[in-house]
Amino acid sequence: MSFATTSLDTGMTKQPHSSTETAPGNMRRATTAPLDIETVVEELKELPQPVGMPLLDDPKYHTRDVSVFYNETKQAIFNVDLDIGRNEVIAMIGPSGCGKSTYLRCLNRMNDTISGCRVTGELLLDGEDVYARSQDPVLLRARVGMVFQKPNPFPKSIYDNVAYGPRLHGLANNRAELDEIVEDSLTKAGLFKEVKDRLNLPGTGLSGGQQQRLCIARAIAVSPEVILMDEPTSALDPIATGIIEELIDTLRQSFTICIVTHSMQQAARISQRTAYFHMGYLVEVNDTNTVFTNPEHLLTENYITGRFG
Amino acid sequence: MNKSVEIGHHTSQQYNHELEDVRNLLLQMGGLVESQLAKALKALLEHDSELGEEVAFSDYKVNQLEVEIDEQCARIIARRQPAASDLRLLLSIIKSITDLERIGDEAEKIARHAIRTNDLNSGKLNASLRHLGDHVREILRESLDAMARMDSPQALRVARSDSQIDQEFDLLSRQLLTHMMEDPRTIQDSLNVTWCARSLERIGDHCKNICEYVIYFVEGKDIRHINLSRQAGKEIAASQTAPETVPQRLPAGLDPDPDSIQS
Repeated sequence: MSFATTSLDTGMTKQPHSSTETAPGNMRRATTAPLDIETVVEELKELPQPVGMPLLDDPKYHTRDVSVFYNETKQAIFNVDLDIGRNEVIAMIGPSGCGKSTYLRCLNRMNDTISGCRVTGELLLDGEDVYARSQDPVLLRARVGMVFQKPNPFPKSIYDNVAYGPRLHGLANNRAELDEIVEDSLTKAGLFKEVKDRLNLPGTGLSGGQQQRLCIARAIAVSPEVILMDEPTSALDPIATGIIEELIDTLRQSFTICIVTHSMQQAARISQRTAYFHMGYLVEVNDTNTVFTNPEHLLTENYITGRFG
Repeated sequence: MNKSVEIGHHTSQQYNHELEDVRNLLLQMGGLVESQLAKALKALLEHDSELGEEVAFSDYKVNQLEVEIDEQCARIIARRQPAASDLRLLLSIIKSITDLERIGDEAEKIARHAIRTNDLNSGKLNASLRHLGDHVREILRESLDAMARMDSPQALRVARSDSQIDQEFDLLSRQLLTHMMEDPRTIQDSLNVTWCARSLERIGDHCKNICEYVIYFVEGKDIRHINLSRQAGKEIAASQTAPETVPQRLPAGLDPDPDSIQS
């Protein structure tokens, strides 16, 4: 299915959308049952703003009207308005190809590395333009760390994996300080006890779950403000998944965490807010309790109840 | 005016079947309880102790269905982790069957009175009881209807009309009191009538609960312990005049409001 680029009214006329103002026609109540999905999807183009509570006061990330194009021919996401709060875990869910990972990757300019990818709109981190010319992507990524689906430790020792970032950014003045950062990061990632006797062995020798926690330790070693996680547990068994979910909840005290997940149950377990993407549109953002008991939008309802793939 | 929430359309056909099955069981249980009540009232008013025996005996079927539905719901929750409307459906089913089972118990109580009582002496009392009984049966039927069709406006209407039953019960109680004072020999009979009327009044309350679960399922709104009468007029008017294309919602005013919570 192809989308014409929509020309949404994105100017000053945009009003904060509240869930109580019902605008028939552009907001589908989950409990009405038209079930002509194509019509509902068409209506997304007219949706002035995601339903629910996409906007917050004093957010960590303030993003407006974000669109991403690949090679100018394919638009991956359409005019996304979303605020991400401080010290919250926000889960991005949606079917494959809905744009949730693309959006996540905009947040620390990971899309810069993809040729032909163009990002438009406004992305502010603490009021600072992420895409400003003066913004150094390397420093940005120190502030906004990332954890990927597959654990990808460097082919170095466990110690060096964690020490890599602090060394690069000059965060430690001497070996003792570096040791402290490494131990602290590994402890926060819940891995230190398991590896403290073999810090000099290669990180690639750890189990999958341990490797993923090593990657999390590596991400938090540079004291980021935000951690982006792109399906961090989809390659792990339930026990390792449980450990990492518990870890995410602990890390929330110090960081803001955005997590893309295919497991709705995981989103339900660990997030405070949930954002539902569909075919490049951000459809609904609400607190997680609402999304999983009484979602506002029919598409959200259908997705989380398993009514389409 | 299609307010019904779809149960089907899951990617998993098996899941559709499971939800459909448990819902059918619920409707079956509703039908059974309805017939138990009808028979119990008939037995009481027509002094048919044999029919009373039958009702009292059959209560085990209601109980069995309750257990079976609970088990099925537990299985679905364990295996499917339902969310959103599916979750609300299962929660409202689990809660509804408790009320249905209690309605069954009340019907059984009425039936036992029918077995014990050979004659209700006063034709007047009999008529009042019959009237209350018919009213309660009507409310039960409408509640089950609202449940079967997932019709939240009707559920709201029925939930609100429960207060009429309460009034009728009060009226009957006063009538009985007068009777007993006038002629102490009627005390035994009057007390029997009181117990039956009390059972009927309780059934009305259970119906109200069931309607509240229907509204919770369809609208996602919990309206328990909210004064419904305040909203009465405009509410019904709104739901009846709403154009068909506009999704029907309960008005925002039905959100829990501390002022209107009944003590």
